[in-house]
Amino acid sequence: MTLTPLFFYLFAFVTVASGFMVVTARNPVHAVLWLILAFFNAAGLFVLLGAEFLAMILVVVYVGAVAVLFLFVVMMLDVDFAELRAGFIRNAPLGAIVGIILLIELIMVLGFRLAGPLSTAISLPIPAAGSSVTNTEAIGRILYTKYVLLFQGAGLILLVAMIGAIVLTLRHKEGVKRQSIAAQSARTPAAAMHTVKVASGTSTVPER
Amino acid sequence: MNQLLLDYLPIAVFIGVALAIGGALMIAPFLVAYRSPDPEKLSAYECGFNAFDDARMKFDVRFYLVSILFIIFDLEVAFLFPWAVAFKEVGVFGFWSMMVFLGVLTIGFIYEWRKGALEWD
Amino acid sequence: MDSAWSWLDVWQGYVWPLLVMAFWSVLLLTLLLVIIAFLLLLDRKVWAAVQMRRGPNMVGPFGLLQSFADLLKFVLKEPVIPSGADKGVFLLAPLVTAVLALAAWAVIPVSENSWGKWVMSDLNVGILYLFAISSLGVYGVIMGGWASNSKYPFLGSLRSAAQMVSYEVSIGFVIITVLLCVGSLNMTDIVNAQKAGIGTKLGLPNSMLDWYWLPLLPMFVVFFISALAETNRPPFDLVEAESELVAGFMVEYSSTPYLLFMLGEYVAIVTMCALTTILFLGGWLPPFDVAPLNWIPGVFWFIAKVVLVFFMFAMVKAMVPRYRYDQLMRLGWKVFLPLSLLMVVLVAGILQYGVYAQ
Repeated sequence: MTLTPLFFYLFAFVTVASGFMVVTARNPVHAVLWLILAFFNAAGLFVLLGAEFLAMILVVVYVGAVAVLFLFVVMMLDVDFAELRAGFIRNAPLGAIVGIILLIELIMVLGFRLAGPLSTAISLPIPAAGSSVTNTEAIGRILYTKYVLLFQGAGLILLVAMIGAIVLTLRHKEGVKRQSIAAQSARTPAAAMHTVKVASGTSTVPER
Repeated sequence: MNQLLLDYLPIAVFIGVALAIGGALMIAPFLVAYRSPDPEKLSAYECGFNAFDDARMKFDVRFYLVSILFIIFDLEVAFLFPWAVAFKEVGVFGFWSMMVFLGVLTIGFIYEWRKGALEWD
Repeated sequence: MDSAWSWLDVWQGYVWPLLVMAFWSVLLLTLLLVIIAFLLLLDRKVWAAVQMRRGPNMVGPFGLLQSFADLLKFVLKEPVIPSGADKGVFLLAPLVTAVLALAAWAVIPVSENSWGKWVMSDLNVGILYLFAISSLGVYGVIMGGWASNSKYPFLGSLRSAAQMVSYEVSIGFVIITVLLCVGSLNMTDIVNAQKAGIGTKLGLPNSMLDWYWLPLLPMFVVFFISALAETNRPPFDLVEAESELVAGFMVEYSSTPYLLFMLGEYVAIVTMCALTTILFLGGWLPPFDVAPLNWIPGVFWFIAKVVLVFFMFAMVKAMVPRYRYDQLMRLGWKVFLPLSLLMVVLVAGILQYGVYAQ
């Protein structure tokens, strides 16, 4: 099949090119938009591997949720480019170290792949040909039973993330009047108003 | 052509055709419509004054909180999809495994609610 | 390389299938856009009728050609790009909105008969694809609002992003409850699973009582309201609340870029109607599987149901006052989210211990 490699090179090239644009784009919002393009093409690569579910989840979670947060953060920043450049020089050694470590790891992974098939069970995301089990169902069959501890661990991580987000960002403004729907609905005429008999020719101030 | 390609190639073609229609509509007025730009017409829409500064300003931190909480719940939904599909196969153990997962996240949800993170002011 | 043989191979293997796919794509998109042109008119007519007006009635008989006249007008209008705008992103935003909204229709099945499935691509993960596409709708709005470099669009896009994101979650939970009953992510399977249900359990023939709107009624309501919020329809149109934000993120747009935003919005609405039809109203299945009704091709039932749901959208727009922003967020996070989460647990529990246990 000659069409699959064609699509692979297309997706791979656009992923790498947009990754490059993320790093070099001057405007941070443009950088995030390029990042979204990179996500899309990574999803395309997953589809080519037969991992349909992962591809869709990548789009739902990363493009639909995480990148929205990135855009929010980046849209509001008053980015000072001169300061950013100075920071680049200062942080360059640290970045270089991280980059080199990643590069070594990638080479190691590639080396193992070339040395021999490591484990065919992991590297085959598609169920055996002819079986009617879809990709999603195959994940569902093992994720909640065989890998239950990892699954619950993921739940705990999400809980920590939720609590952490609230602790870090939640600030209550002073002097805000909020609507309490329950209190509003529970109010009866008896509690809200009372009639005052006013004798003719006089006036009265209602007592509080 | 293999099954995967038969599934996804129509989508690519479909999006390509949609892009062509959208692109044609987008370009059309630049070709046919009358244009006479002037500085006032091209200025930002405002109520009488010229804008003092850039419109992109700092905004309430609550918008971040909403989008962070959304990421977490979106992941929760993502975990539910394979479970719903394989619901018959995973049996009672799978059912209770998911209930514990949802229970943990419900604790987080109750915490949010009590802390007032869901209030909007 | 013997060229005569391989050329035939290339033609039969690649070029011809691609041409067929392109033909069906063009056909589906044309039909979809024409139907949407008339639905737009229906929207305005319903709105007018509720307010005791006539609505558009000048272009063509009963104003039937109004939408086409509007299209012509938009194309001939001057496109204005504000001087402070980020031109690339400014023009990309409406294109992204329209194309993403249209892309959803690649996986929506409109009928199934002895010819096969009436769908561009019968994906295994169809509903997940739709969920992904609908979660991307927020980008057109954010990009448009940011690129305009003007205060109203910026505020509008912020509001809308938070709003769309909030209701996305409950839509996800609602889809999960339906999937629990179906056990497949394939859209055709979802409709076919509704052939038998409560009605057939009671001994009745296949009818509308089998569809999921009845057993999952609370979810049907939650989904309908969330769909309104997700597509920024009134009463949740805070993005373009004209009394406060003029036209929201669309303030700076004119000519066809504006048209593309409107088009994307209406296509998204019709997609939501189609999704409601597929998830809860039995897709192309006839309301009663008896003689005169099941002779009618499924695609007519599908369109009829979509138009019915669209009519409900139009009536809501005409009758319900706009929500305040804090009420909107309260409804999404404090009512729909716990309610739909509870329903997921409830439906799963009933299936586990009531239906499958036997």
